[in-house]
Amino acid sequence: MKVVVDMNKCQDHGQCVFAAPDVFRMDDDGRLAHVPDPDDALRDEVEEAADVCPLQAIRIED
Amino acid sequence: MSGRIVVAGASLGGLRAAEQLRAAGWTCGITVIGDEPHRPYNRPPLSKEVLAGKASFASLAFTPKPSAADVEWRLGTRVTTVRLAERTVELHDGAVLSYDGLVVATGMRPRRLRCPGPVEGRHTVRTIDDAQVLRDELTRPGVRVVVIGAGFIGCEVAATAVGLGAAEVTVVDPLPLPMVGPLGEMLARVLLTRHEERGVAFVLGQGVTAFEGDDRVTGVVLSDGSVLPADVVVESVGSVANTEWLDGNGLDLSDGVLTDQHLRVGGRPDVVAVGDVARFPNARYDGVPRRVEHWSVPTDSAKHAAKVLVGGEAGLAPFAPLPTFWSDQHDFRLQSFGAPALGLGDVRVLDGDIAGDVLVGYHRDGRLVGVVALGGPSVTRAAARFRAELLKQPALISQGALS
Ligand SMILES: Cc1cc2nc3c(=O)[nH]c(=O)nc-3n(C[C@H](O)[C@H](O)[C@H](O)COP(=O)(O)OP(=O)(O)OC[C@H]3O[C@@H](n4cnc5c(N)ncnc54)[C@H](O)[C@@H]3O)c2cc1C
Ligand code: SF4
Repeated sequence: MKVVVDMNKCQDHGQCVFAAPDVFRMDDDGRLAHVPDPDDALRDEVEEAADVCPLQAIRIED
Repeated sequence: MSGRIVVAGASLGGLRAAEQLRAAGWTCGITVIGDEPHRPYNRPPLSKEVLAGKASFASLAFTPKPSAADVEWRLGTRVTTVRLAERTVELHDGAVLSYDGLVVATGMRPRRLRCPGPVEGRHTVRTIDDAQVLRDELTRPGVRVVVIGAGFIGCEVAATAVGLGAAEVTVVDPLPLPMVGPLGEMLARVLLTRHEERGVAFVLGQGVTAFEGDDRVTGVVLSDGSVLPADVVVESVGSVANTEWLDGNGLDLSDGVLTDQHLRVGGRPDVVAVGDVARFPNARYDGVPRRVEHWSVPTDSAKHAAKVLVGGEAGLAPFAPLPTFWSDQHDFRLQSFGAPALGLGDVRVLDGDIAGDVLVGYHRDGRLVGVVALGGPSVTRAAARFRAELLKQPALISQGALS
């Protein structure tokens, strides 16, 4: 699974981090960092993260 | 069930309901009916980035999940009536559809002031069309803006108007402080100062009695008789639930549509409600049914409601979401987890400093029920810790807090 975050849209809300902590995290400056190619077993988590992102910045590409 | 599920309302709640029905195993027809001409789009930026011109209107559209690709969208027409006993809905264009399941996702519309005076020049912000018209008005040179209502949307619009270079921006509210209802006095005072420092004027403790002007608003008349000159007025005085189409079915529609703890409506297994319009008891708190106008609720409620509609309640715990809310105003962000409004009597600073970035906790019977972070990464991180704590807590209701 490929996960793409549109960093022009992302405003570091961190909602995705709550939904999928294995894939998204906030770095020390409070900016989002993420795993671009997480294991398929994490698909539900990542879908949840994409759903709850207020800016709808997360795209899942198969 | 087999056949068709009708979803009334084509916004976030309607979209998530369609997607979650597929996720819950519903393979038959889904028809989503929406009275706006647009596919589902994201509303929060309408008072923020999009109104400010920092994001395009086109960027608001949601991308539906592939599983919802075969959903039928009927847009630009509304549901006018429903007969729950016969399982039919009638549309404004005359069509009558029968259904096996119904999802109520018709949301809210802005409440309007019923004051004498001209209508032209008065705006609300709920739809793309509203925001497009308002943006044109706010970008006129030298414009004087009066925002009526110091809630979240009003304060966001005021902040955006200042950012756009409006000559004067004044917020009017009968309450003594902005956003005081949901946030309490401590934070409301801080927010008032921060807004004032950034160029927003406030007239508090005053209502609006009339609008001045002939064809178009030129001023706002306050309860003490004084007049605020205005070229543009924004009314952000709360919202009204879109439930008229449900009339005549014996439902409790006194404030949105009342649901049970599984989001079912009228005690029926075939009707559920999601999003802003649903007045549901939250098993996490006191079990009192409330509507929650937070962006997180349509997604959370659609997930639960779709499971109940497709598979019944067996094996499902009652709906108990952790409400989540944010608001961007000027250069600061508010983030809220839980239900601060239930703990306004006992408010404490948990982290940071009220003069800078701060995390505030709201307590009921000594117990944390909500946190609000104002500021950047450090308090957001602290908020995340407390969010985890809020999630772990047992329901208030089981502690006998209902007495
Ligand atoms: C300007 C603005 C800013 C916001 N900012 C934030 C924020 O920062 N943070 C946050 O948490 N929340 C925010 N919100 C709240 C959030 O957008 C809502 O909670 C969310 O949109 C609710 O979604 P919904 O699908 O339940 O209802 P709605 O979005 O209200 O959708 C209901 C849809 O149903 C349609 N409809 C109504 N009646 C009928 C009918 N009879 N037949 C067919 N269709 C019908 C309506 O036209 C509408 O398209 C904001 C809202 C607004 C308006
Ligand atoms: S939830 Fe969205 S906006 Fe927030 S950090 Fe994640 S991707 Fe960025």
